[in-house]
Amino acid sequence: MKGSNGTRRGPVAAPPGFRVRRELMDAERIARALTRIAHQIVERPRDAQGLVLVGVRTRGVPLARRLARLVAQAGAPTPPVGALDITLYRDDLTTVAPQPVLRGTEFPGSIDGRTVVLVDDVLYTGRTVRAALDEIIDFGRPARIKLAALVDRGHRELPICPDYVGQTITTSREEIVQVLLEEEDREDRVLLLEKAPAATPRRPARSGPKKRGRRP
Amino acid sequence: MSGYPHRHLLGIESLQPSEIVAVLDTAEGLREILDRPLKKVPALRGKTVVNLFYEPSTRTRASFEVAEKVLSADSLSISASASSAQKGETLLDTAKNLEAMNPDMIVLRHSAAGAAHFLARHCRAAIVNAGDGAHEHPTQALLDALTLRQRKGRLEGLRVAIVGDILHSRVARSNVWLLSKMGAKVVLCAPPTLVPPGIDALAPVTHRIDEAVEGADAVMMLRIQRERMTGAYFPSDREYHLRFGLTEARVKRAKKDVLILHPGPMNRGVEIASEVADGPYSVILDQVTNGVAVRMAVLLLLLGGGGES
Repeated sequence: MKGSNGTRRGPVAAPPGFRVRRELMDAERIARALTRIAHQIVERPRDAQGLVLVGVRTRGVPLARRLARLVAQAGAPTPPVGALDITLYRDDLTTVAPQPVLRGTEFPGSIDGRTVVLVDDVLYTGRTVRAALDEIIDFGRPARIKLAALVDRGHRELPICPDYVGQTITTSREEIVQVLLEEEDREDRVLLLEKAPAATPRRPARSGPKKRGRRP
Repeated sequence: MSGYPHRHLLGIESLQPSEIVAVLDTAEGLREILDRPLKKVPALRGKTVVNLFYEPSTRTRASFEVAEKVLSADSLSISASASSAQKGETLLDTAKNLEAMNPDMIVLRHSAAGAAHFLARHCRAAIVNAGDGAHEHPTQALLDALTLRQRKGRLEGLRVAIVGDILHSRVARSNVWLLSKMGAKVVLCAPPTLVPPGIDALAPVTHRIDEAVEGADAVMMLRIQRERMTGAYFPSDREYHLRFGLTEARVKRAKKDVLILHPGPMNRGVEIASEVADGPYSVILDQVTNGVAVRMAVLLLLLGGGGES
């Protein structure tokens, strides 16, 4: 049974106070990026063996499901897909986070000795990944855990580095990367949002750290 | 975002339907943790909860303790029978002294109605009412609602009979409030001596169990609370069972898929026949499991999420 809360299909709108700066990916680029990641996974026999894809709720889950289909199309066995709700593992749960809306964690059987590929839509500070790693390890002892993200936008606050990335982009901390997916939002798009000018016109270019792209 | 915008959980009477739904949805999301190989999440690490029980309790206290441990809160339980209350310390003094140890929450069971409200006025900690006299027992009503919603898929429009010692029952009061807020139709049934004055303003009252059970989607049986009875409210257990006990024959009057609930502890052979308590329509043990989930939800909503919104 699903909770009555949460993001349901509806017209796509930027969060209040933000506006679209530009489109980072369209449906085709998203599809190409996922296909490439699927092939990269299959090309590493160690990862393709006993593979489990685990999506981070909300949008990591449909991404993991798509990847599972693409991995099968690339010639490997269809991997099982799990869903991870990291709310209860957040490091800010009792301080600044809004009241939690829980959707639950589901694993497709034991993960002991398997290769878990953690799938998320946007990789940013790395704190979500830290929480996800802790939660996965509470469920069992996988042989290895890998990380796949559709977008890596930089600004890591923890020593975390992805294994599979759809697109790496440079952002400022004031911006938001919004991933929209057919399954949740009725369309496939990745948008870069910026703060809408309240009254005064703001600076045209970003000023934040620029050269903070992906670096292992 | 809808949620639970209060600092305490003192009763059902003051809650909005959306807040009740928030607790039930949160509990639903948390239940799965109890089936995990490692039944613990770090959500409330570093939070301290005091369970202060001035009345005996098995289920409520155990399930609060389990809920606290699963969510990684530190908890300590104090029962009045083994505490300084025996030496004459007042509730307020006890609470103030405990509060000097900086707990984040106090879960209170007390024989006086309004005890939890009283603590909420005088303490900084979040207060959860785990039963105050014959007034309210909000987490019990929430776990009953969760059990009904799981089995029936809804609360709205359900016909629910609440049968037994309504006069002494905080469970009945909390349930009447909750179920009527959520759009269920409640019927109360008790001997005239065990009907509190004024309750008929909240729900219709009958003195015939057959009438109450007729066509019911669920029957909640209440315990005869001898420890609170000062006079003779009915002639004998045997006669009570004959007139008001839930027997198999009476269950047949309800809907085919009726659910039988009992908050426990049961007096088998008095308010409920053993065949009914152990029968296929009984969800009494589901109630206990859901009790842990609901208490986890209350802990999380009050202590997680940065508190008030």
